[in-house]
Amino acid sequence: MTLFWILAFLTVPAALTVVLHRNPVYSALALVFTLFQVAIMFVALEAYLIAFLQVIIYAGAILVLILFAIMLLSLEPEEPSPERSTMRAWGWGVAALLMLELGAVASMEHGASPAQAGPKDFGSVTSVATELFSTHLLPFELTSILLLVALVGAVVLARRRS
Amino acid sequence: MEVLFTFGKVVFAFLIVLQLTLILLWVERKGSALIQDRVGANRANIFGGVLPFNLGIVNTWMADPLKLFHKEDIVPEAADQFLHWFAPWIAILPLFVTFAVIPFGDVLVAGGYTINLQAAELDLGILYILAMLSLAVYGVVVGGWASNSRYSFLGGVRGTAQMISYEIPMGLALVSVVLTYGTIDFQQIARDQGELMFGILPAWGVFYQPIALVVLFIAGMAESKRVPFDLPEAESELVAGFYTEYSGSKQSVFMMADFVEVAIVAALVTTLFFGGWQVPYLYRDGFQFPGGFDIALPSLLVTVLQVASFLVKLFLFCWLQILVRWSLPRLRYDQLMELGWKRLLPLALINVAVTAVMVLLLDGRTIP
Repeated sequence: MTLFWILAFLTVPAALTVVLHRNPVYSALALVFTLFQVAIMFVALEAYLIAFLQVIIYAGAILVLILFAIMLLSLEPEEPSPERSTMRAWGWGVAALLMLELGAVASMEHGASPAQAGPKDFGSVTSVATELFSTHLLPFELTSILLLVALVGAVVLARRRS
Repeated sequence: MEVLFTFGKVVFAFLIVLQLTLILLWVERKGSALIQDRVGANRANIFGGVLPFNLGIVNTWMADPLKLFHKEDIVPEAADQFLHWFAPWIAILPLFVTFAVIPFGDVLVAGGYTINLQAAELDLGILYILAMLSLAVYGVVVGGWASNSRYSFLGGVRGTAQMISYEIPMGLALVSVVLTYGTIDFQQIARDQGELMFGILPAWGVFYQPIALVVLFIAGMAESKRVPFDLPEAESELVAGFYTEYSGSKQSVFMMADFVEVAIVAALVTTLFFGGWQVPYLYRDGFQFPGGFDIALPSLLVTVLQVASFLVKLFLFCWLQILVRWSLPRLRYDQLMELGWKRLLPLALINVAVTAVMVLLLDGRTIP
C-alpha cells in the first residue's frame, strides 16, 4: 500500500503534466513517465506480463512514434488564445463530470466483496497465451487483420501523395 | 542472508557492465590502433612519468574516465536546459538495469545455501530485455531535440527511425529462440544448452538457430548505433549527430551507453546461442567427456569455471563487434533501411515460421 501511494504521488502529477503542459514534447515525455509508473504498479500487483507489455508496446513503441511525429511536424508550444480558453473550460467541465461519475460508481461498489484471487498461474505468459490462442483465437485473428488493413491503407495513402 | 546474496549478485552484475565499458574503451583505442597499424594510446602515466614504462591498460581504464568527467560541461544557451541535462541519463539507465536478468553462472551451492547466479531471478527475461531496450531510444530522441541544433535534431530523428526499425527483426529473432527452447527465462535457456546433441556436440543455440543468431547480431549492432550503423552520429554529415551539443561528462555518458549496448548484445548472443555460462562437458560434479572419461571437480571450482566461461564468451563477442566497427564502412541511409526492412525482417519472419513448423513436427509439442 505504501508503494501504491508513492507511485500515486508520482503518477498523478505526471498525468496532469501530459494534459496541462504547453510544450507537446514535454507532454509526450510525461506520458511515457506515467505509463512507466503504471507498469511499476502492475509489477507491484505481480502482473509482470502486463507490466512488460505496457512498457514494450506503449512506452517503447507507440510513444516513440508520437514523439517522432511531434518532432517531425516541429509543433511549437501553444500560445494562449480566446479559442483555447473556451476549449479549456469545456475540458474542465467534461473532466469534472467524469470525476463525479467515477466517484459515484466507486461508492456504489464499495460494499461488494473483495476480488477473489485467480488461479495460481493467472496472468502468466503460458496461461495468457493459451487463452489468447484457443478461446479468443477468432477475435485475435480479426484484430490482426484489422491492423493489417490499417497498415496497407497507410502505405497506399503515402504512395498516392508522392 | 538471502538479502545479502541478492545484493552481492546485483553488485557483481553491475560491476561486470561498468568494468566492461571501461575495458572496452581501452580495447577500442588499442584495438583500432592494432587494426590500423598504429601504436594507439600510450601517453598516460602516473606522477608525470616517474615510472619508466607506461601503464598499458591503466591508460584508459583510469586516465580516460577521469579526463572525460573533468572536462568542462558546456550547455548551449538555446537548449532546453532540463531535458538537455536529463537525456544522457534516460539513455543509460534502462541499459544498466538490462544486465540484471543475464545469468552469469548456474546455481552455487555453498554452506547450505543455494544461490542462483542471476541478479534478478525473473522468469520473463526476454520480455524484460525487450522492454528496457525499447526505452533506450528516448535518450537519443530527447538529446537530439533538447540541444536545439539542426545537426543534433537530424541525428535524433535518424536514431529513432533506425532503432525502431531494427527492434522488429531483433524481436522476431528472439521469438524463434523462444520457440526453440519453449521458455523466456534466460537461466532456463542457458541450462537447456548443457545437453548434448548426438552425444558429442554441445546443444548450443547456434546449432539450432543460426539464422536467428545472424539477425540478432546485426540488429543488435544497429541498436548500438556504432559504425557501420552510426547514421545518427555520422561525423562526415552531422558533426556528431545527436550529441553534437554535448560535452564533458554528459557526452561520455552517451559514449558509455553505446558500450553498454555492445555488452548487452554480446551477453544476449552468449546466453541465447553459445550456452551462456556453460562449459562443454562440464556438469555440476565435474567434467564428463563423451567416451566415459570423467574428472570430478568441487562445486565451487565448477562455478568459477562457469562464470569465467561466461565472461570469456562475453568478451569475445564484444571484441567481434569492435572488429566489425573498425573494418566496415558506414552504410548509406537507404541501405540501412533496406537492410532492416527488406533483408532482415523477411529473413527473421521466415525463420520464425520454419522454426514453428519444426518444433511442432520434431518436438511433438501439442497445441492445448
